[in-house]
Amino acid sequence: MEQQMNAIELKNISKRFGKVVANDKVNLTVRKGEILSILGENGSGKTTLMNMLSGIYFPDEGQIFVEGREVTISSPKDAFQLGIGMIHQHFKLVDVLTAAENIILGLPGREILDMDTVTGKISELVEKYGFELDPNQKIYEMSVSQKQTVEIIKVLYRGANLLILDEPTAVLTPQETEKLFAVLRNMRADGHSIIIITHKLHEVLSLSDRVAVLRKGKYVGTVDTKSVTAEMLTEMMVGKKVILDIDRPEPVNPQKRLMVQNLTCLNKEGIVTLDHASFEANSGEILGIAGIAGSGQKELLEAIAGLQPVAEGTVTYYPPEGGEELLSTKSAFEIRKLGVRLSFVPEDRLGMGLVASMDMVDNMMLRGYNEGRSFFADRKTPRNLAERIIQQLEVVTPGVSTPVRRLSGGNVQKVLVGREIASRPTVLMVAYPVRGLDINSSYTIYNLLNEQKKQGAAVLCVGEDLDVLLELCDRILVLCGGSVSGIVDARTTTKEEIGLLMTKTGKEERHE
Amino acid sequence: MGVIIIFLQKAIAQGIGILYGALGEIITEKSGNLNLGVPGIMYMGGIAGLMGAFYYEQGTANPSGMVGLLISFTCAFLTAVLGGLIYSVLTITLRANQNVTGLALTTFGVGFGNFFGGSLSQLAGGVGQISVAATGAAYNKTIPGLSQIPVIGPVLFSYGFLTYLCLVLAILLSFFLSKTRKGLNLRAVGENPGTADAAGINVTRYKYIATCVGCGISGLGGLYFVMEYSGGTWTNNGFGDRGWLAIALVIFALWKPVNAIWGSILFGGLYILYLYIPGLGRSMQEIFKMLPYLVTIIVLIFTSFRKKREYQPPAGLGLPYFREER
Amino acid sequence: MSKEPLVHISKREEMPLAKAVMVRLVAVLLSLIVCAFVIFILTKLNPVEVYKAIFDGAVGTSRRSWVTIRDSLILLCVAIGLTPAFKMRFWNIGAEGQILMGGCVTAAVMIYAGDSMPTPVMFAVMIAASIAAGLIWGLIPAVFKAVWNTNETLFTLMLNYVAMQIVTFCIVFWENPAGSNTVGIINSKTKIGWLPSLGGLTYGWNVVIVLLLTVGMFVYLKYSKQGYEIAVVGESENTARYVGISVKKVIMRTMAISGAICGLAGFILVSGSSHTISTSTAGGRGFTAIIVAWLSKFNTFTMILVSFFLVFMQKGALQIASQFKLNENASDVITGIILFFILGSEFFINYQLHFRKKSTKS
Repeated sequence: MEQQMNAIELKNISKRFGKVVANDKVNLTVRKGEILSILGENGSGKTTLMNMLSGIYFPDEGQIFVEGREVTISSPKDAFQLGIGMIHQHFKLVDVLTAAENIILGLPGREILDMDTVTGKISELVEKYGFELDPNQKIYEMSVSQKQTVEIIKVLYRGANLLILDEPTAVLTPQETEKLFAVLRNMRADGHSIIIITHKLHEVLSLSDRVAVLRKGKYVGTVDTKSVTAEMLTEMMVGKKVILDIDRPEPVNPQKRLMVQNLTCLNKEGIVTLDHASFEANSGEILGIAGIAGSGQKELLEAIAGLQPVAEGTVTYYPPEGGEELLSTKSAFEIRKLGVRLSFVPEDRLGMGLVASMDMVDNMMLRGYNEGRSFFADRKTPRNLAERIIQQLEVVTPGVSTPVRRLSGGNVQKVLVGREIASRPTVLMVAYPVRGLDINSSYTIYNLLNEQKKQGAAVLCVGEDLDVLLELCDRILVLCGGSVSGIVDARTTTKEEIGLLMTKTGKEERHE
Repeated sequence: MGVIIIFLQKAIAQGIGILYGALGEIITEKSGNLNLGVPGIMYMGGIAGLMGAFYYEQGTANPSGMVGLLISFTCAFLTAVLGGLIYSVLTITLRANQNVTGLALTTFGVGFGNFFGGSLSQLAGGVGQISVAATGAAYNKTIPGLSQIPVIGPVLFSYGFLTYLCLVLAILLSFFLSKTRKGLNLRAVGENPGTADAAGINVTRYKYIATCVGCGISGLGGLYFVMEYSGGTWTNNGFGDRGWLAIALVIFALWKPVNAIWGSILFGGLYILYLYIPGLGRSMQEIFKMLPYLVTIIVLIFTSFRKKREYQPPAGLGLPYFREER
Repeated sequence: MSKEPLVHISKREEMPLAKAVMVRLVAVLLSLIVCAFVIFILTKLNPVEVYKAIFDGAVGTSRRSWVTIRDSLILLCVAIGLTPAFKMRFWNIGAEGQILMGGCVTAAVMIYAGDSMPTPVMFAVMIAASIAAGLIWGLIPAVFKAVWNTNETLFTLMLNYVAMQIVTFCIVFWENPAGSNTVGIINSKTKIGWLPSLGGLTYGWNVVIVLLLTVGMFVYLKYSKQGYEIAVVGESENTARYVGISVKKVIMRTMAISGAICGLAGFILVSGSSHTISTSTAGGRGFTAIIVAWLSKFNTFTMILVSFFLVFMQKGALQIASQFKLNENASDVITGIILFFILGSEFFINYQLHFRKKSTKS
């Protein structure tokens, strides 16, 4: 391959954040006028790598070549000058300004704005590539896909030749996705190079010319799309099964504890985030929940916990003593009052599960501070609990009165999980329980979950590492785009099977 | 008819001082800084203008009104900018809380105004009554001829230059915010500093300049009150609570300078309405004086009911921005 | 490589208490030097003399000392009232109005009740009325904040001036002597409704009430369930919802308490200090107290020190001003300068500066 053919070439790029290696000697080439997909699981380093191209991060090691010339990109401005523009997952737009105003924001030029010329130029771009956009519309009146259009035009308006899109379809409906792909193909035909970060296999296969795969920060390889199948890509992406040796006791006398039927949630914009999810969770069992980030995991757990309004469907709780309680119409406060021992370890540990600036005692108090009739809060019980947790879970902290924000990630999680299991829950929900934790802490958490399982709790565990879910859980529920795409037996299923369920909705599978 | 003309004239005269304060605060708030120091800034501007003119007239045998005007104008503006600089250094560079800093600035500024206002004659060596007659007259010079036209004359042309300057400023500011590149950038800074930063706009510089210039303009409100409204005299606390009314006017005008013009006349009118309602007892007069504040509260409640985005304060108002914290 | 800033600023983990106190002391010291410099320019008094005069003005005689103590107590009382609201991150800048409302109803009781009820009952009525008035004034913006998320900073600010007009409205009826447009000293002969002296101390009751409030608020915030709820809502509304705390209820209840204490401060001002009512009865204390509460990091005992220090400097400045026939507002200028320095010093406690070393990377 000739050097001049490549729009971009990355050589041995490495980036570390503290001890974590986000990218380890990654090589990548982007040809002129091609669409290249970058495929990888969450945390495989895709976004970090692209952020180094767009000037947000600076690589620790390695070289970047643009059109064969070695360059230094140390700011988004540098990237723009080289014709590189990135469309981030979180849009950087000012809500009360119009599309056109957002597009020219920060650009040099004549002091008195000539919006007619600007909108004219925007309309030209819109027409040329087949977008749909009213330049005079305010951002806050726009749908997510329209906002994305603004972001793309913003990049084109600044004259970018290479566009990087970070999971552009994560927020789009299938129809909108098709439109976007049509536009991207038009741009390719016009000579632009496009990098699209994704983990949806069918999109990779339908859109891109080549696929580069990253796994755990390392570059796996680049293949021509024509010559691969979804199964081959999945294997490249998830890798061979890793043996972790996590305990998995057999469920003892499982009983129906929680029944979720057609549970549906909408976000603030009225978009469906959880789509008619139905399943049962049993006592003495760990039900894993797998899925690409943002497939409805958060909404599912929060809806069960009474923290998310339910648009449709029911959540029914079956207490061990018999009877049943409808939870889906109740708030977190009412569920607690009912005496349902439902514990929840949320994903946002310091922003939701704990109060970062408070010490361990006060954080223990979050649950149960209101018990008893005294005007004063009892701090003795929580202090004892805090001390017990420090001892039993080997929390490393200067003492119970140190603010939890000063503890390390693993210790924070031990504090949170310790508190949540202290009330002997009948239902325990945990979201990404080992994210950011070292190996030892992770195993402590696995053991705690298993202990709860043995004591008869119905455990729901949202995870991202399939190897862990496969060894820890009894059954695994797979979410895709807000709906349940399958529930599999963790003892017999394979990583590939789950990987495919994660990236294809049930419907699409039936079509193909 | 005659009463209405006089009422309108007085309402405008009352409103201009508030309008200056509000215009300055609009610029400041558009950059995301809620400066509760405006009342103090207006006192600082007022006294600095007076002192400038006073020392000039004291030092010259035959003072020229024009020179006095220039000196006092410059003094008022620069002193107010200095006040804005204190606020900016504390809130932008040293990241102090905006509300607390603003209130401290008001304590300081009001004290500054009253202290020098009350001590000026003593400091100047016991000259007795402070008067800046020549400068005061210059500020009150009306447009010859035009002000004699019946009805239109008194309502439109009977004011000194600061009144017209204020109206021109409001229109210019409106143009600046909606039609210029820097105005667009400034709005982006106040709405979403993170996005503005990513677009290559120097957020810190915009905040500094907007706050300092904003304070300078607010300070002219004090100058207006001392020179044009009071004809070059100082009464301690004479400026009253107009500084807070200026902040209220910003809300009332929904952060739009041209709205602020109408709002200022309305506020000025409400401020003096009690004088023009016949048969009003003294106690009812006091109730009428509540009107500007009640109207502001109603606007505040109304805008929170209707979540229309155009009616909301700049989204980044009152929030500090540090890039390091992402 | 593009230019990177010379100084990199990052959040500090936590400064040891001793060091944090040192930073603040340095700030206070610097502010005192600047104040002395300003006073020197204006009066040509040499700096040592300046501080002698300030000292003399604040605590030079027993009467002056008591006035300083009295005013510190009122400032402290307002700051204590504001504390729960600020701890909840609710910007109550309407203390001025809440004080006035409390003071206004106190004056009303003093004027209208005459000797119709026994003294203890009269005080009970005055205290209850002042608390109720302040409570209502604090609750109004809280309800709007809780239900419609109406901006509380501006709402409470505006209510200050509504309260002022209510006071001037009342003054019309209470005018004494007629035509003076002031209320004068209420019950100056009978002293009905005047907070009596306690154990021979004129302001004994003031001390008792405010110190009780200081301890009470400290205990309330630190040990009660409600205080705990306030802390959780203030730190993270998200967490509050997660554990099932009703954020709306906490906002309303806390502002009711905040307003009530400010209303009580109005009672102390009118019944226990000035024995009159005017629009300047609150005298900007509602604003200064915000700064006191903020600088004390919600610790009510620290507030004792801060309010005493500020009032001490104010009284001292007043003394110098009157000595040189200068305006009494000198005290506000001095207060402002000190506040600027202390506010600025917080930066050095919360943040760390890293000066960039010469770049060694190629």
